[in-house]
Amino acid sequence: MKDYDLTKTSIKTFTAAEQEIALSTEDLHVAYGDHEQIKGVTLQFPRYKISAIIGSSGSGKSTYLRSLNRMNDEIQTARVTGKIMYRGLDINRPNIDVFEMRKHIGMVFQRPNPFAKSIYDNITFAPQRHGIKGKQELDQLVETTLQQAGLWNEVKDTLHKSALALSGGQQQRLCIARAVAMKPDILLLDEPASALDPISTSVVEDTLAQLKEHYTLIIVTHNMQQAARISDYTAFFHQGVALEYAATSKIFTKPAIQATDDYVSGHFG
Amino acid sequence: MNVKQQDKLATGVLYTIASLIILVLASLLAFILIQGLPRVTWHFLTTPARSFEAGGGIGIQLFNSFYLLVLAMLISVPLSLGAGIYLSEYAKKNWLTSLIRTSIEILSSLPSVVVGLFGFLIFVIQFKFGFSILSGALVLTVFNLPLLTRNVEESLASISSMQREAGLALGLSRWETVTRIIVPEALPGITTGMILGAGRVFGEAAALIYTAGQSAPALDFTNWNPFYIASPLNPLRPAETLAVHIWKINSEGIMPDAVAVSAGASAVLIIAVLLFNLSARWFGQHLYQKMTSSGKKGA
Repeated sequence: MKDYDLTKTSIKTFTAAEQEIALSTEDLHVAYGDHEQIKGVTLQFPRYKISAIIGSSGSGKSTYLRSLNRMNDEIQTARVTGKIMYRGLDINRPNIDVFEMRKHIGMVFQRPNPFAKSIYDNITFAPQRHGIKGKQELDQLVETTLQQAGLWNEVKDTLHKSALALSGGQQQRLCIARAVAMKPDILLLDEPASALDPISTSVVEDTLAQLKEHYTLIIVTHNMQQAARISDYTAFFHQGVALEYAATSKIFTKPAIQATDDYVSGHFG
Repeated sequence: MNVKQQDKLATGVLYTIASLIILVLASLLAFILIQGLPRVTWHFLTTPARSFEAGGGIGIQLFNSFYLLVLAMLISVPLSLGAGIYLSEYAKKNWLTSLIRTSIEILSSLPSVVVGLFGFLIFVIQFKFGFSILSGALVLTVFNLPLLTRNVEESLASISSMQREAGLALGLSRWETVTRIIVPEALPGITTGMILGAGRVFGEAAALIYTAGQSAPALDFTNWNPFYIASPLNPLRPAETLAVHIWKINSEGIMPDAVAVSAGASAVLIIAVLLFNLSARWFGQHLYQKMTSSGKKGA
């Protein structure tokens, strides 16, 4: 693998007047035990946009994403330092109520992981636990979120059947609907289409494009075409460092960093 | 010999081994049932045993076995659930939890006679519970708890970690995720393990000889006050179980029909254990279908 200069970076920043920022990190480090996976990443994610994070395997992009809603807390050896700013609050502080925070910053995982419950219960389960009880309200929630996830027409007659009977693509859209049902501010997506076939992938991509109107999306993807198709901004990660962050069109046409250029043109490594 | 023939030969050998095992088990089962079943009548199942003359039944022993089983499970199920959930979902990896795991493994491999003598010293002598159902239930708990805990832990651990992430990512607490998502999904496995454990407890004799005792005093089935000495529910009365009864009449039975009583009791015991096993399988499958295809209608 070619050695790239990890100190030479080109990171786009936004002024408050130019663009509202939904989430940002300041000098974020993530270490598993003694091994530092993320080496100081500073990025701003604009509101109501799709930001993509690309990079090769092991570049730390998923690790970075998982630290944004503190899912790395679950890993005993993980240590996350630096700031994660959300609405003027550093949510990486130890006294933050992570369960409350995760209602605002939802997550969709690489492999579809619906609960072994009915489609209906998959969506209503968490909102019910958070206090939404009315049947009408819940019915409405199920219908809206399934429509937002582009799944309603396929499942409206089988809402009380097991979610495990759905195809992989349908399950993933159900997981998106389930995350959306929490009415989060921000949705983190960790390679949400990597386990899906091309048709399901394109349906999921359409879904994400729709969701952008109401949500801020941050998506990690292996698939550069996908990043180019759906995202507004793209960050390129390499060896735990964000080397370049810019408008997607710029990343894919006139990248400022040699490593990015090599990666998007397929001459990487 | 080419690959195809090798494959055929290997398959043949495996089939032979498998059928040998089935043959041994089936003939054992058939022997016990053929010997014992003619003796099993309603009268045999409901009348008390007789020590010196023929015609005794196993009514009290049968009741004792079930009562002891219920008491033992009442103690061990909640404990094993709590311990299993802790070990699988909460325990951090350190020397203390690995010590706990090792202890559980050692405990689960202790011979039941040893557990029985331990129970005799602790519950019967030290705690002065005497030969009683209570001592028996406690010793069965000691005997069964490690296996049940392991079963709960393994059932929970077999649920994908993605399910936990899914719950946590929705802002659910760890407790909610475990009790509402992980435990329900693991329930079929947990239930199967519990029922199989119940079958093991039901057939246990060695651990009970020195704890629940070897005598079955007459019971007054009209008085269910647990504090009355002859009450079936009295936990402090000695209670010979079916398995202990079989052992006892075979070692020192002096009734003229000892062989027939032993055969009949064995048949009843083996049928009960078989029922436990079959119901475990059926119940586990049923529960799994219910959990995954969601039984809730029109919620």
